[in-house]
Order: sequence, then structure tokens, then C-alpha cells
Amino acid sequence: MADAAIRFRDVNKWFGKHQVLADINLAVSPGEVMVVCGPSGSGKSTLIRCVNGLEAIQGGDLVVLGESIVRSGVSMSALRTRVGMVFQSFNLFPHMTVLENIMLAPVRVRGLSATEAEKTARTLLARVRIPDKAENYPANLSGGQQQRVAIARALAMQPKIMLFDEPTSALDPEMINEVLDVMTDLAKEGMTMMVVTHEMGFARRVAHRVVFMDAGRVVEEATPDAFFAAPKSERAKDFLSKILSH
Amino acid sequence: MNYQFKWSVLWSGQSGSWLLQGVITTLEISALAWVLAAALGIVSGALRTVPFRPLRAVGTFYVEFFRNVPLLVWMFFWYFGVPPLLPRAAQDWIFNHGAEFWAGMFALGVYHGARMSEVIRAGILAIPRTQFEAAVAMGLTTFQAYRLVIVPIALRLIVPPATNESLNLLKNSSVALTISVAELTFQTRQIETYTAKAVEALTAGTLIYLILCVGIAAVMARVERRFAIPGLIARGG
Ligand SMILES: Nc1ncnc2c1ncn2[C@@H]1O[C@H](COP(=O)(O)OP(=O)(O)O)[C@@H](O)[C@H]1O
Ligand SMILES: [Mg+2]
Repeated sequence: MADAAIRFRDVNKWFGKHQVLADINLAVSPGEVMVVCGPSGSGKSTLIRCVNGLEAIQGGDLVVLGESIVRSGVSMSALRTRVGMVFQSFNLFPHMTVLENIMLAPVRVRGLSATEAEKTARTLLARVRIPDKAENYPANLSGGQQQRVAIARALAMQPKIMLFDEPTSALDPEMINEVLDVMTDLAKEGMTMMVVTHEMGFARRVAHRVVFMDAGRVVEEATPDAFFAAPKSERAKDFLSKILSH
Repeated sequence: MNYQFKWSVLWSGQSGSWLLQGVITTLEISALAWVLAAALGIVSGALRTVPFRPLRAVGTFYVEFFRNVPLLVWMFFWYFGVPPLLPRAAQDWIFNHGAEFWAGMFALGVYHGARMSEVIRAGILAIPRTQFEAAVAMGLTTFQAYRLVIVPIALRLIVPPATNESLNLLKNSSVALTISVAELTFQTRQIETYTAKAVEALTAGTLIYLILCVGIAAVMARVERRFAIPGLIARGG
């Protein structure tokens, strides 16, 4: 596994005196879908935010797409064009239309012409199944639609890796599936994905591997089948019983 | 009461043309100073929120330095203090080209830029941090994220307090009379001197300021509606 897409090696991170990531060793292969779960505050968001440099690590090494990102002089903006991110709170830019949101980075960062960028944007909107919302402002979209635009916006940069931080946690139940369906398509097309989610159905169907975190540590790492059938740690059992009981 | 009103002093003799020149000068000095204040305010207000301490310090220094000294002192500073520091030829040139106007404009712009800075900073701080993160997460540099996302959103949020600051700037342009800029207040005082009709002259000045301010407020209200962010609580109109 020399050419993992993402490799954490003994990664440690503190916020002040509080250690939020402890001795993380993980590798995500190209095309692999890794689901990260665990109780609130266990460090899941911090873990995936390290991958695109939104958080800096303080110990160990983190290699993304063949490049160590802790080396000084590494260009974070260049890295981020190859790693897309989708947030719990959608984060569409409210003063821009859907189309403008999607075209922004391709035009400003990649230097595409507006015509090319618009063509790609419309293709992506069809792919996330909202071709008719291009001219709308985010405020006029449902949460599920906004999150699908956010996915299209990230895909517009043609990333090699997609990070998802609880992409359905802010959604009404009836909208969760429309977002998970788009993510499932993406996984089938071979996208490398790290997904923080409590949607265990999605994990079971789509993930290649499930990672369970607690208090800044990776407590368990297994295939979905193994993890759901027989979690090894007490904490994972406890977590699963809480999350699956409703 | 023995005072004899004589409103005709406002349109007889040179009064009318003085008032008109006064209004024009007030608008010119205010408009230029406003552009300077907006530019300085946006840059320094944004600097004060960036994730890089030395740049934040630069922004803070500008704001604290310029807003904590009275405008009048800045007027004197730019008019009496700065020119002697310049080479002889530059001094001559400046004094032949309306030095008091430019000194007044700089003083007004730099002072109100520091106040505008606070307004813009407050606008930026009202934007969730995750908007900035989303912008840089797609590959924009910090500068691009500010220029294309953060500042445009902030500017749309701050139209009401920025209107307030703009009106203050217009009214404060009257301080420039202390360095002999022939703006509106200067001209009303000139009419008073020539006609000894203080009430009439000052009433005219007051009404003109009122009309200018109401006009600006109306324009800004249109701007606010035109650029309102869809989904935020709709305001009037
Ligand atoms: N910017 C921050 N400053 C200080 N502490 C933080 C910050 N972000 C997160 N934390 C803390 O780090 C821990 C892990 O947070 P997070 O990664 O968000 O957990 P999760 O996503 O699993 O809920 C929590 O204890 C949280 O309070
Ligand atoms: Mg989280």
C-alpha cells in the first residue's frame, strides 16, 4: 500500500492542552470509501479537516496524493483543488446563484472560461439531479438541494478525493436519501471518499471500511460487515446500540 | 424681538452662487473622501479578521491611530504639518492647486476610513467562519476568498451602518472650513458676514445639509434593496 491516497502516520493534534487526535495511523486507498463514526467530540471532524489542511497537525506525518502536507512550503490551495470538501452546513455562498457557486473556483482557480465552466456546472447539476435550479439562489432551495449543489460545487474542481463531514446531519429526514444517493453514485464511480456520518445504512452498503473513533483515537477499523456484526470494543458496541436503536 | 428677517439675502447679490459653489465643494470633497474611506475601511477591516497576526496588527494600528485623534487635528496635520515635509517644488505645486482641499480630503477620508473599518469588520464577523473555510477548501487563496466571497457578503450586510457613516462623513466635511476649504458651511458664514443675516444664512445651510443627507439615505436604501442577499429578512420596499 505504498501509494495510498491518504496516509496518516502517528498523527497527533492538540487544541491548546487538549489532545484531539492521538497516534492516528490510517491509510485510504485510491477508490476506497472510508466511513468515520464515533461519539460527538471524538475528533472525526478534526481528522478529515487535517486532510485538506483546514487543521494543522502537530506530530507525525500526513501524506495526501503522494505529497506530505506537513512539509513547509507546501501549497495548501494547490492541495485543496484536488481534495473536495462537503460540510454539514452546506456553506453555499448566499449572494451567488447556484451556477455562480459552482463556477467560482473553476474560473478563478483553474482559469477556465465562463462558457466552459458553465457547461461543466450544468452537467454536474444534472448529475446531482437538480438541472433546473441553476439560476436560483441558495435560499430558495431545500436543504437537500443545497447539499447536492455543494457536492456539485466540490466536484467542479475534478478532485481526486472527497471529504464529507456529516453531510446529512442538518437535513430533514425525507431529504437524507437524495443526498446519500448522490454520494453512492460517486462511490460507484470510484471516487476516493472519507465520510463522517452516522448513517449506518450508507456505511453498510457503500463503505469499504468503517473506522470508529473515541476520544481522539481510532478504536476500531474494520469492514462494514465485521464492524456491524461483531464490534470488538465495548465503546463501539455501546455506540452502535445507541445509534441503531432509533 | 427686533430682528428683521430678510430672506432675499439668500438670492440677491452673490449669495446664490456662493451657496452653489459651497454645495459643489462639499459634494466633491465628501465624494473623494468617501472613496478613500471605503477603500481604507475595506482593506483594514478585512485585515483585522485574517488568520495571520501581523496583518491583523497593521489593521488595528491604523484604526486605533486614526479614529482616536479628533478630525480637526487631522485637518491641521495634513494642511500645516505635512506640506513643510515635502520638497520645495512640491510645496509650491500643492499650494497652487488647492492644498486646503486635498489636505481636507485626506483628513476626512483617513479619519472616516478608520470608522468605516469597524463597520466592515463587524460585517465580516457576522459571517459564519465556515463560509471562509468553504471558500478556501475549493482552492481559493485567502486573498481570493476575501475578495470574492467574504467582502462581497459583508458589504451587503453593512449597508445601514455604512449609510450612517457616510452621512457623518458628509456632515464632518464642514470641519474643513477651519483650513479655509470653501465648502457649504464656509459659504453660509461668508453670506452671514456680508449681510449680517445669520439666521437666514444658517437656515439655508441647514436645509441644504438636510436635503443632501436625505437624498443619500434614499440612494443607499435603493442600493440595499438592489443587493440584498436572497433569504435574509427582507427590508422595506
Ligand atoms: N477550534 C477548536 N478549538 C478548540 N477545541 C476544538 C476546536 N475544534 C474542535 N475542538 C475540540 O476537539 C474535540 C474534537 O472535535 P471534533 O473533531 O469536532 O469532534 P467530532 O467531529 O467527532 O464531534 C472536541 O473536544 C472539540 O471540543
Ligand atoms: Mg464533527
